Amino acid sequence: MLPYLDAAYNLAHWLSHNQADAQDVVQEALLRALRYFDSFRGGDARVWLLAIVRNTFYTLHNRHASDHLHDSIDEEAHPIADEHPSPETLALLAVDVGSLQSALQRLSHPLREVIVLRELEECSYKEIATVTGQKIGTVMSRLARARERLKSELIHHSKEVRRHDV
Amino acid sequence: MMCEDARLLLHAYLDDELDAAQSASMVAHLRSCAGCAASYGDQTRLRKALAQPGLYRKAPDALRRQWTAATPAAPRARPGMPGWAMAAGFAAAFLLAGVLWIGQSHTSASSDLLVSEAISGHLRSLQGTHLMDVVSTDQHTVKPWFEGKLDFSPRVKELGGEGFPLAGGRLDAIDGHSVAALIYRRRLHVINLYQWPAQTESVQQTTQRNGYTVIRWSDNGMRFLVVSDVNPAELKQFVLAFQNEEVMR
Repeated sequence: MLPYLDAAYNLAHWLSHNQADAQDVVQEALLRALRYFDSFRGGDARVWLLAIVRNTFYTLHNRHASDHLHDSIDEEAHPIADEHPSPETLALLAVDVGSLQSALQRLSHPLREVIVLRELEECSYKEIATVTGQKIGTVMSRLARARERLKSELIHHSKEVRRHDV
Repeated sequence: MMCEDARLLLHAYLDDELDAAQSASMVAHLRSCAGCAASYGDQTRLRKALAQPGLYRKAPDALRRQWTAATPAAPRARPGMPGWAMAAGFAAAFLLAGVLWIGQSHTSASSDLLVSEAISGHLRSLQGTHLMDVVSTDQHTVKPWFEGKLDFSPRVKELGGEGFPLAGGRLDAIDGHSVAALIYRRRLHVINLYQWPAQTESVQQTTQRNGYTVIRWSDNGMRFLVVSDVNPAELKQFVLAFQNEEVMR
């Protein structure tokens, strides 16, 4: 498990926003990993541990691990295509760590976790599907939605900043 | 390919998750559609931006140290050493050893689960302030404390004379039951004794796992389970002392 301590912590931190909560989640997840070790049927131990971290986070925070009610409504209301196509693209924006970080934190949990799993943990769609218990098709559309949302958060935020500067 | 499909599929294309035929039609679409091509360019930049190492949250050193302490023998408790550090040390050793289980056949009977649960409970009890809810070396303080908290009255024995001083008690859960946990000490080791009522009687059983010894027995409608990292001989001595006192009474 220990080679995956960083992976476990990274996911826990992005889900829970702060270091103390993230540590609690990882501690509890590792204890659960010990307890459920008998249920580990081989395969990728990292993916197995990430799934436990994710479940631990949602149980500790009393959230539903899978689709929230308003999240699914959200998905219907906001198809992947942005409704207000603007000529602005990211090309002109400085995408620094700070603005990415705050944009990521403004995403809902389901969208943020899929970005973290894909971009930071570099999981394949199949691995993400295993971690989150979703179908591969769901992973694909959710990731598409998450990236578009992240992009519009970045554009929106930089507009605000510019407005403040003026 | 329609732009609507392309908006979804360009992500899979970016992630190299499309099959050859889909990739080819994606390439063709991007060549012919300026809007989707711009969008693809954006997403490529976004991906690159997300790869910045500053976004990856590495485990803090303190956490890593807790889980990488060497062997079960190494993290001997020192006075003043925080309980969680000990627990984490033991747990780390347990985890490391755990990797070795992969090769073993899964004899996952429910009794095995009980042992795992007891050890997890023992580890958890060593974390933070979870060890004791009532701190007392006096059985006449510890026993009444459980009153009203459980639907049975646990047996509480002072075994200080045998070298196992009582340290306190706690409520815990094992195998779906609320159980009484008594905490004894042996030098600097912690011994957790769990007890709960059970219909079935079972013979005494000793299980060793990764440096922990678990001894289970039942007596007079009660199940007892003791877990500790003291050496097995001393834990047996503890069990005998606990049972002997019962006889004497």
